[in-house]
Amino acid sequence: MYPTKYTKAASIDDAVKALGADEEAKILSGGQTLIATMKQHLAAPTGLVDVRSIAGMVGTSLDGDTLVIGAATTHAEVAGSAEVQKHTPALACLASGIGDPAVRHAGTIGGSVANNDPAADYPAALLALGATVVTNQREIGADDFFDGLFGTALEEGEIITAVKFPKAQAAAYVKFRQPASLFALVGVFVAKGSDGIRVTVTGAGDEGVFRSEALEAALTGDWSEAAAKGADVSAEGLMSDIHGTAAYRANLIKVMAARAVAAA
Amino acid sequence: MTKVKMTVNGKAVTREVSGETLLSEFLREDLRLTGTHIGCDTSQCGACVVHIDGKAVKSCTTLAAATDGAEVTTIEGLANGDLHPMQAAFKEHHGLQCGFCTPGMIMSGVDMVNRYKAEGREVTAEAVRHELEGNICRCTGYHNIVKAVQDAATKM
Ligand SMILES: Cc1cc2nc3c(=O)[nH]c(=O)nc-3n(C[C@H](O)[C@H](O)[C@H](O)COP(=O)(O)OP(=O)(O)OC[C@H]3O[C@@H](n4cnc5c(N)ncnc54)[C@H](O)[C@@H]3O)c2cc1C
Ligand code: FES
Ligand code: FES
Repeated sequence: MYPTKYTKAASIDDAVKALGADEEAKILSGGQTLIATMKQHLAAPTGLVDVRSIAGMVGTSLDGDTLVIGAATTHAEVAGSAEVQKHTPALACLASGIGDPAVRHAGTIGGSVANNDPAADYPAALLALGATVVTNQREIGADDFFDGLFGTALEEGEIITAVKFPKAQAAAYVKFRQPASLFALVGVFVAKGSDGIRVTVTGAGDEGVFRSEALEAALTGDWSEAAAKGADVSAEGLMSDIHGTAAYRANLIKVMAARAVAAA
Repeated sequence: MTKVKMTVNGKAVTREVSGETLLSEFLREDLRLTGTHIGCDTSQCGACVVHIDGKAVKSCTTLAAATDGAEVTTIEGLANGDLHPMQAAFKEHHGLQCGFCTPGMIMSGVDMVNRYKAEGREVTAEAVRHELEGNICRCTGYHNIVKAVQDAATKM
């Protein structure tokens, strides 16, 4: 790895100051993406500002009907949280399926959301559940947050502090794992919420996570496995790679959606 | 350079480390604890797994500087005079051939059994296979590793 200066931020102010002092510095959370890319020389930040010790960044809580998850809460902590299991069990289940146990002990929801990997699991949940990303500057709805491959609405140095989830009537996530990377070859999140049915897809879109209009149309009015399987999911705009063609992914989207409806 | 103080295998350690020093490098090169292995450059093989505050993590994907104040256990810290039950079970069931993946397998296995016991869950063969997804072995074909972890679970 190239040389870098490590700073453990004790507060948001501390972190903002450290990030302001070095243009090439990056926020560090679980490191399960960032350190891995630094080892391969795909990233070379001259500074790393660790946000995990900032008060309030770790933990889960219920605020009325809203579930609040601190940005530096690990995947294992989300999976094991009584609040998450009570509010949205699908989210606990999603977190328990990210990577392997060691990745789950370190990787965090804030890091995953900020990274917006096109095959990551959390973006599908945030978009389907209509979550809100809370930063040190503002609140951003999931609809406006994710922006293409690895892109987000975050400004340079903007720090995610928490993610807020409204309660859904029903929700489930099912993923078909790419067995070597453990990421989603295709993952589908289905949710019945206050603004209707939302179905999101990760691992498949050329532009990253997306809402499937075809599945939302098919499941609105007929919330059934058969409706999901019969949906007209097109291969247009889907990825083709060594793991699967766009047509294979289009079919897998329907199969995962049907399984998710059955599980919700 | 950042000053770090941590406990490694029960012993207090204080050192100056640079920001980019990985915990795996720190353990192997500064502390000469070479039982923690490096098998990949992509955070995928699990040969480097150690426990930080009782939880299995990949030391190759952890900064030494971030481990300040933590309690670290490596494969060298597991045996307490006698082999740890997980080590004894790997020996008994022939859970290793070249042994390269073994430190990581054992650290992940101990972590898994501790968690399952705390939650009152049964350590089934299927569960072991799922829990060891982040540990890759090029030799054994995994069957004997699974047997070893299950056997150790009855003795831990
Ligand atoms: C072997 C392996 C398997 C994996 N499998 C999966 C999988 O199945 N599904 C999946 O979804 N992911 C998977 N991951 C990725 C994992 O979930 C990462 O933990 C996650 O993508 C990044 O979170 P992190 O906390 O580790 O972030 P880091 O690596 O620390 O940071 C990632 C990026 O986010 C930025 N960032 C971090 N925190 C914040 C913040 N609070 N505010 C603003 N920006 C921030 C950083 O600057 C960096 O650019 C896997 C990783 C590995 C190594
Ligand atoms: S050396 Fe750490 S995962 Fe391979
Ligand atoms: S025993 Fe050789 S890699 Fe596992």
